[in-house]
Amino acid sequence: MSAEQKSPQQSAVDELYDEAEHWNLNTGEETIHAKRMGGLWRNIKWLSASVWILFFIAPYLRWGDRQAILFDIPNRQFHILNTTILPQDFWMLSLLLLFFALLLAVSTALAGRIYCGYFCFQTVWTDVFTWLDEKLEGTAPKRRKLDKAKLDFAKFRIKFTKHLIWLLISVLTGISFVAWFYDAFDLWSDFFNLQAGSTAYGTIALFTVGTYVLAGYMREQACFWLCPYARIQGVMVDNTTLVPTYDFKRGEPRGRIVKGQSEDERTTGDCVDCKQCIAVCPTGVDIRHGQQEGCITCGLCIDACDLVMEKLDRPKGLIRYESLDVLEGGENRPLLKRPRVWVYGLIMSAALAGIGYGLSTLDALELKVIHARQPLFVLLSNGSIQNKYTLKVLNKMTKDVPVKITATGPEGLILVDADGITAKHGKVTPRTVFLRVPKSNLKGENTPIIFQVEGEESGEVFVGTRKSVFIGPKY
Amino acid sequence: MADNNPFPGENNTGHIWDDNIRELANPPPRWWMIAFWASIAWFLGYGVLYPMYPIGQKPTEGVMGWTQIKEYQEGLDEVVAVRAEFENQLKDMSAKDILANPGLADYTVASVKVLFGDICAPCHGGGGQGGPGFPVLADDDWLFGGTVETIEQTIAMGRKGIMTAHGKILSDDEADKLADAIAAGNPTSDPNFLQKGCIACHGMDGKGMQMLGSANLTDGIYRFVPGEGESIKDSVKQTILHGVNDVTDPQTREAVMPSFGDRLSKDEIKKLAVYVYKFGGGQ
Repeated sequence: MSAEQKSPQQSAVDELYDEAEHWNLNTGEETIHAKRMGGLWRNIKWLSASVWILFFIAPYLRWGDRQAILFDIPNRQFHILNTTILPQDFWMLSLLLLFFALLLAVSTALAGRIYCGYFCFQTVWTDVFTWLDEKLEGTAPKRRKLDKAKLDFAKFRIKFTKHLIWLLISVLTGISFVAWFYDAFDLWSDFFNLQAGSTAYGTIALFTVGTYVLAGYMREQACFWLCPYARIQGVMVDNTTLVPTYDFKRGEPRGRIVKGQSEDERTTGDCVDCKQCIAVCPTGVDIRHGQQEGCITCGLCIDACDLVMEKLDRPKGLIRYESLDVLEGGENRPLLKRPRVWVYGLIMSAALAGIGYGLSTLDALELKVIHARQPLFVLLSNGSIQNKYTLKVLNKMTKDVPVKITATGPEGLILVDADGITAKHGKVTPRTVFLRVPKSNLKGENTPIIFQVEGEESGEVFVGTRKSVFIGPKY
Repeated sequence: MADNNPFPGENNTGHIWDDNIRELANPPPRWWMIAFWASIAWFLGYGVLYPMYPIGQKPTEGVMGWTQIKEYQEGLDEVVAVRAEFENQLKDMSAKDILANPGLADYTVASVKVLFGDICAPCHGGGGQGGPGFPVLADDDWLFGGTVETIEQTIAMGRKGIMTAHGKILSDDEADKLADAIAAGNPTSDPNFLQKGCIACHGMDGKGMQMLGSANLTDGIYRFVPGEGESIKDSVKQTILHGVNDVTDPQTREAVMPSFGDRLSKDEIKKLAVYVYKFGGGQ
């Protein structure tokens, strides 16, 4: 093969080397203009990012006469489909947070920062913004050139269009966020009639600025310097974790293709040092240095490297999802033999079971009993002891319900002032009641008492009970 | 200067002392300078909008006219406005009417709680539990009557019970026996209860008379609770021997409820009466 007659491989690689000068490691001083190309992981990334479509459309779903999912903070009610959650049930939220915290832990332990790479809003919004960059300003070298060019009309027009669209996406993000907390249809009309209130406008403004700055300017710098999870997840990864890995055994010593050299004479490894992996990296890191803080394990470098290997007729997978154990010649430990899978799994199951229990036992009527602190008891003229209680009847139904209160305890127990209570819907109805017990019927200082609330709604009877105590004099 | 600078390329200002101590030109970062000037602008703007510069006796007022007192007054007006709806209804109602309306009774209890804490709780306790020398408001044994009207009257006019000291007409032994009978809740079992004139105030059955404010001696509830180390009988005997509010006896019991008619408005007294009634002993 003469030097004049280039092989197809050679010409493909020459092109890559021509542009390789541009790709440098990200040290934060320059804007990253990542090359965008298709591929398996690119498609997976679009798929996973599409779950965020829910963020924009879910607030418009209705359930009966209200929004299907509405976190109604002013009224302290969370509506999720047919369930209404009041502040009293908020302990479930802590279990939910526990579940998601461990889901992050277990997914990171098994497959690295897949949340960062495929689902995180920072990644997804940045991805959409750079997609816009590419559509409006052209490929990465063109973008870099445009940034350096003097401001003329053409540049102004492109930049203006881009920032306008960025801003529109940002505002839409803000409105969509608020729509989870504010009836979505009302929000749109209130928004334009200037009736949405300062909290809504403030939140929309905050999210608009946040989206515009974080996805437009900060981008990968947010992952490097702002995000705490990026750092926490680093310590969750171990030798068994599958992460995008450069196979240094195959790749090293890396070296550029020498013109005219045949494959048999080659003394270098499979890596041709074309820097395409750096070119496509949205955070601008060099995966060949191994797993590092900047890597969000998005897999785009795998696509880039596979494409080059394909052109050169070398086997794909020089960069691939692989664990450190396997790369160093070991074997992958089976999932079920990893203690973290079991521990995380058990805690997650416990959290889920707790939420399941909570949701299945959401009582329609709930009773709380608060014993008066001063005086603990009062002696009455007829020799009875009187205790004072504040009852709080919580009615989670949508209609006011007349309720009957009863109390069981020692013989001769009389309940006073507990008649005619109507439990207001979605609210706590308080009532002060008294219990009287003849002194002679009390066996000790403290006697257990059970209060019960009973109400009927649409033919169904709801009952709530609560234990309390009746306090008498010391003997 | 630049030509003979002995430390070229390190960004110094050319000011060098003692051969090698030199001043470097390291300007603060841009963001720092922006924040610096922004805070000065903020300070100036704040001074224009809000009271700030101490010129003369008073600080400058600021173009917004904001003061803490005004903001406080606005908050107070808001509370008054919210309460007005209820207060206007209460104005023309008697305490009894209020009790008959559960919603207004709840409002009354909630809104007058602070006043009770200020005026009444020091003696009667926050929950009406009474204290040493001060009667319980939460029970149903009332010296002067437990209807809400009587309670209202008690608060407005005050009360002062009278019992003469009986140390001069009862021997110690007689007082002892009488105290035993009363502590047992059965005063009429002692003939002296009749003979020494106790019945004049406490009634033939010993159950007291609310017109006079005399105590019911049969129900085991005592106006003067025993002190530390005292039995009920000791305490009863003390009352028998030295009386209540008897100026001739220096060891007499003191029991005075001051009048609040001149200190509180009619509405306030009415609300307090409802509050006391609601402790659980109202009749």
